[in-house]
Amino acid sequence: MSEASDRLAGAELNLAPGDEQLDGNGVAVGVRGYVIGLVLAAGLTAASFYFCFSGLIYAPAVPAALIALAVAQMGVHLVFFLHLTTGPDNTNNALALAFGVLIVTLVIGGSLWIMANLSHNMLPMSRVLEMQR
Amino acid sequence: MKLLGRLGWDALPLDQPIPMIASATVAAAILAVLAWVVIRGRFPYLWREWLTSVDHKRIGVMYTLLAMVMLLRGFSDALMMRSQQAIALHSQGYMPPEHYDQVFSAHGTIMIFFVAMPFLIGLMNFVLPLQLGVRDVAFPTLNSVSFWLTATGALLVNLSLGIGEFARTGWLPYPPLSELKYSPGVGVDYYLWSLQISGIGTLLTGINFTTTILKLRAPGMTYLRMPMFCWTSLASSLLIIAAFPILTATLAMLILDRYLGFHFFTNEAGGNVMMFVNLIWAWGHPEVYILILPAFGIFSEVVSTFSGKPLFGYRSMVIATMAICVLSFMVWLHHFFTMGAGADVNAVFGVMSMIIAVPTGVKVFNWLFTMYGGRIRFETPILWAIGFMVTFVIGGMTGVLLAAPPADFVLHNSLFLVAHFHNVIIGGVLFGAFAGYEYWFPKAFGFRLHRGLGKAAFWCWFVGFYLAFTPLYVLGLEGMTRRMQHYDVPAWRPWLLVAAVGAAVILAGIVCQIAELAVSIARRETLRDVTGDPWDGRTLEWSTASPPPAFNFAILPKVRGRDAYWAAKHGAQEQQAPSSEPAYEALETPRNSATGFVCAFFATLMGFALIWHIWWLALAGLAGAWATFVVFAWRDRVENLISAADVATIDRENRRARLEPLAARTS
Repeated sequence: MSEASDRLAGAELNLAPGDEQLDGNGVAVGVRGYVIGLVLAAGLTAASFYFCFSGLIYAPAVPAALIALAVAQMGVHLVFFLHLTTGPDNTNNALALAFGVLIVTLVIGGSLWIMANLSHNMLPMSRVLEMQR
Repeated sequence: MKLLGRLGWDALPLDQPIPMIASATVAAAILAVLAWVVIRGRFPYLWREWLTSVDHKRIGVMYTLLAMVMLLRGFSDALMMRSQQAIALHSQGYMPPEHYDQVFSAHGTIMIFFVAMPFLIGLMNFVLPLQLGVRDVAFPTLNSVSFWLTATGALLVNLSLGIGEFARTGWLPYPPLSELKYSPGVGVDYYLWSLQISGIGTLLTGINFTTTILKLRAPGMTYLRMPMFCWTSLASSLLIIAAFPILTATLAMLILDRYLGFHFFTNEAGGNVMMFVNLIWAWGHPEVYILILPAFGIFSEVVSTFSGKPLFGYRSMVIATMAICVLSFMVWLHHFFTMGAGADVNAVFGVMSMIIAVPTGVKVFNWLFTMYGGRIRFETPILWAIGFMVTFVIGGMTGVLLAAPPADFVLHNSLFLVAHFHNVIIGGVLFGAFAGYEYWFPKAFGFRLHRGLGKAAFWCWFVGFYLAFTPLYVLGLEGMTRRMQHYDVPAWRPWLLVAAVGAAVILAGIVCQIAELAVSIARRETLRDVTGDPWDGRTLEWSTASPPPAFNFAILPKVRGRDAYWAAKHGAQEQQAPSSEPAYEALETPRNSATGFVCAFFATLMGFALIWHIWWLALAGLAGAWATFVVFAWRDRVENLISAADVATIDRENRRARLEPLAARTS
């Protein structure tokens, strides 16, 4: 077990943001992480409402701004609430996220592409209706 | 509101003799088995040692048994289809269309979800912790829940034989046929709920196995020292986690359409039928790799063991497995090339389908090179492996042919397609499952299977397969479509007769397998495997006794390389001295739990109630299943303690059995 305790002793030094401490003494540190996360998440939510209604940014760019804020929101959740870090003991979680993102991208992107292309070899509906007349 | 929803006396198929007689026979058989168990006083034993067991080995055996029983059901459906088509030239045959449609739907559903899946999951359950050198899977009780939910699904599908009807939609219920408007009966609902419930079980299994492989390995068992079967099981489990939610979501949308008047897949009100086809195959194609990858792992173990050589190209095998794992999510459109997509989309997915054949080809060459120069012992498992290599390559080539969109436009929906996927599923998945069954049976029960009957079973299956499915290739090229209840083309008749003969030869193979099991049990004393290593194995499962003790390993093995047990065995022989007896410690094993069984009981009630619109019972079932979970979550005692003395007694016996042949060889 010496290996594990060595790792815990060194953990405090190279603690990544959002990284959870496992030795039981880090309750305050843990709470601090959640509070930072909550503030950031609430701030990002408030910012998206603000950009929508304030007219601060050019109106057609609002969707792009919202997407950027949403991605940031996901990042905050992953780091501060799900404790996903790039630390060495987190490789599996990072890989799982990468695999999940890849599959979701493939399935959603593929579905959109396929469904948009499905009528390619079909008669347009207007022609069908014409022929039925 | 009726208390029993749609359920009434008219649900019994009293006017149809075939399902009536079949369900009466099955019910009588089940009652006879239950009566035998109760009268002989075996029920407490069964309950204590099997039904509530959370031991991965017991659960694996129960999964495999479920698969073999369901294989009999699915195969009787196959015999009915082959005999119907053999006689239905210019006539209606002996099955009316609405019955024939249920038979082919049930055949596909049962064979994929309740034969292939549980067979391979059962083998993974039994073998994975033993090969990884650990004492159980990561979540033992969850494992039991998974199994019993799968059994619930199987039970519901088979209930449809005697109460109500099964789907008439094929094994994937394409809308609009499966929508309420065209399938108003309970058939599609039986399909949907049995798959939703067993699908939860499968997803939990995937999570359980992934966690086990990533988190629980013997000391020194790095990723690149894991046996090949562990790698393919990891890939398969990852695919389960990624793909099964798509199936659940798609079927949930169809359920909403049918139960609450939604319009996801209807033709009216903005629904889109094609979205169902798209989504179901986004699950369906990874599903075929979920099935075939563990089979590839089994063949890797079998080929390496019986050639007496380490697996050729281990690293390329790992890369090929993980490449398939990702590529399997990029090919799903090839199941519906003809449904309207343009040339760009079809070409991309066609090319991807050809690319995915490359890693599979890498694997075939690796197996061949493993055998090359080896001293091959022709035991039953390697017969299945060699039969697989020949058959699967043919199936793979017809698959690459179908992956070319222009060819697919001619061949889709024909018997050529049916022949192709049986070629890969029987020749790949089922042969793999049988190879694994023959290979690991002595480990599970402590005695070998009868060799002669095992080989006879293999040859019957092998020859029967070619007789039954080669004619379907020809028929497909001649233009016969799948799922025909009768036909008017006399030229097809001879081929269908040959196919029926093939099915009969496969039946002979199944009879041989039943006889093999019965004879082996009767002669178990002469077939006894005392060493725990009957095949001169290479991986850690052969280092423990047969059958393994509840804790698998008295001392967790230290792994120093690939083929860990082979190295340890030969190291001991070279030094002419086995390692000294280790210091035994008391071990904890997970306590048995009725959670899985009780949960599945309530899930069965809920599923049945939802199918028949008995809403109060559905709520009661859901509440019961939830309460079972709560009771489990508040349990006090988690583990049993096995004392160091007991561990020592059990393990000394295993060491003694192993040292005898070593002593004989070295003296």
